[in-house]
Amino acid sequence: MSNPPVPERVLGVSGLSVEYVLDRGSVRAVDDVSFAVGNGEFLGIVGESGCGKSTLLFAIAHLLAPPALVTAGSVSFAGMNLVTMTDKQLSAIRWRDVSVVMQSAMNALNPVKSIGAQFADVLRAHGKPSRADIRSRSAEVLRMVGIDPAHLRSYPHQLSGGMRQRAMIAMAMLFTPELVIMDEPTSALDVVAQRSLMVQIKELQEQYGFAVIFVTHDMSLVSHFSDRLMVMYAGQVSELGPTRAVFDAPRHPYTQGLLEAFPSIRGPRVPLKGIPGSPPNLAVIPNGCRFHPRCPQVMDRCKEQVPELYDVNGTLVRCLLYDDRPVRTGAAEARTAEKATADKSVADA
Amino acid sequence: MRFVLRRAGFFLLTLWAAVTLNFFLPRMMPGNPAIAMMAKFRGRLSGQALVALETIFGVNTHESLLAQYVHYLGDIFSGNFGTSLFFFPSPVSQVVRSAIFWTLGLVGITTILAFLLGTGVGIVAAWRRGGLLDSVAPPVLVITSAIPYFWVGMMFIMIFGLKLHWLPWSGGADIAATPGWNGAYLGNVLQHAVLPGLALLITTIGTWVLTMRNNMVTTLAEDYVRMARAKGLPGRRIMLDYAARNAILPNLTGFAMSLGFVVGGAILIEYVFNYPGVGYMLLQAVQNEDYPLMQALFLLITVAVLVAILLADIATAVFDPRTRTAR
Repeated sequence: MSNPPVPERVLGVSGLSVEYVLDRGSVRAVDDVSFAVGNGEFLGIVGESGCGKSTLLFAIAHLLAPPALVTAGSVSFAGMNLVTMTDKQLSAIRWRDVSVVMQSAMNALNPVKSIGAQFADVLRAHGKPSRADIRSRSAEVLRMVGIDPAHLRSYPHQLSGGMRQRAMIAMAMLFTPELVIMDEPTSALDVVAQRSLMVQIKELQEQYGFAVIFVTHDMSLVSHFSDRLMVMYAGQVSELGPTRAVFDAPRHPYTQGLLEAFPSIRGPRVPLKGIPGSPPNLAVIPNGCRFHPRCPQVMDRCKEQVPELYDVNGTLVRCLLYDDRPVRTGAAEARTAEKATADKSVADA
Repeated sequence: MRFVLRRAGFFLLTLWAAVTLNFFLPRMMPGNPAIAMMAKFRGRLSGQALVALETIFGVNTHESLLAQYVHYLGDIFSGNFGTSLFFFPSPVSQVVRSAIFWTLGLVGITTILAFLLGTGVGIVAAWRRGGLLDSVAPPVLVITSAIPYFWVGMMFIMIFGLKLHWLPWSGGADIAATPGWNGAYLGNVLQHAVLPGLALLITTIGTWVLTMRNNMVTTLAEDYVRMARAKGLPGRRIMLDYAARNAILPNLTGFAMSLGFVVGGAILIEYVFNYPGVGYMLLQAVQNEDYPLMQALFLLITVAVLVAILLADIATAVFDPRTRTAR
């Protein structure tokens, strides 16, 4: 399933930091995050609750509301820096080029307006379509996600959870954008509905060629669909690489922990391990590596030295195990040997 | 349609219950209006007069309670509420009609204005959260809505009426003015309504501003508002169609209720300003033990509140599709 990343990129995020400015000081929810999304690429972002993944998405889409504030970095899209643009300037590219699908469709659809009226609002905000245009385009996108266009007259509460989520995706397709940002669009659905929605998203993506940033806490969900995977921990990128490489040979102990926390259906029966402890409070970040208090492979220097992102055969890993400068530990040796076999694609940074 | 019919049925049932209570309650009390009237004249009336009065007031004690009840229901539907004691011998219906015009004009318009203005200010304050309006309006309005409105009325009379002589402060219009649908008379009425109206407005607007602002702040944090921004909708549309449209729903019922209570008048304001409205009349009726008038007024208020609730239900159904599906 993993296509090699197309060099031409739609979105470039560099050094992005978001802080929640509170009375007792600020909390940095997203810390110096950089990545790029290629044309038509499917990027999965995974991490525990509170790791900053949703905040990152909203920062990219310029949807943060006070007290959250972008404090550093840039988001470049089609040669523009979204961070410094005003709402007025942004409204030109919003939805036309970048659309968003939110976590819970019940709350993301206006409860007092019919689906059709909400579609019409979007179409009218970006042009002067005729009534017939609005009707035909709205019906078209609903058909694309497998909903009877008769539901244009329905209100959100009259649809099932899965249908609402599809309607949201249909709404995101109104202008066939370059990039669709999805924030856990499947988390409110049962496993069967999740699966069929994912297949639908992938089909649409293949048909229309838009890029997807897909945020989820469920790593197994994106494993079959994403081209590249970004693992976040405590506001930082802890691992970023091709999905297959990350799954087959997870480098970061945190990623390994995440994978061990999911049962494998076909593989041998192994006890699930999980990760001890809980994610750090971002107001009191541990010294050194942010993951060290929970890390099973913790070393002494992890407590003082802050790890950078190290390039391990095209996968970026924020772990001192892969810091080449100092002497390697036994564990690192084992890992390096392992990854030599899984050396394939090259990711852009 | 089924929804409206069901609501209307419920309305009729409640109305019947209210009317029935209104009939039986006074009759469970000792005495009756005729005896009260007799007492007023301290024995200067003969026994024949008592019989005559009883006929006028429709309190024939020789009739069975059930027969009286049927009689009473018939009277109500024909608009016959008996004769007022205090304004004897005017029929109650005529007395009420003369007062309701003033109350609807003063309290009704003020209530609607307070709701519209308050909601508007609340919307804008929440939309520009932390802005000038949002920092000034809420604290000021908390204070103004805590002041008793009759006190504000008295201050107004003192300052604008007695000291500055800007505006009239007693009655609904000049006694010398001839009533009629002409500019001069309506202007005079308007002048008389400014002070009591302002006093009411200042003290009631706060609630609407504060509740609307708070509802709005909650709604603005909803995902669909964030989505509306992501969609690049114009700010006005997000503010009104996405945020305010949802934030106003909880306030509709409250507004309808307060509209219902308009008919009861604002007793203290009307008293302070000698305004010839229903509230002032109710006060006089109670003070003078004018049972027929009281009964008619209570019934009127009950019916008005019921109608208001019915309207609120229908309005909510119009504005909120989720309540339309009959449960």
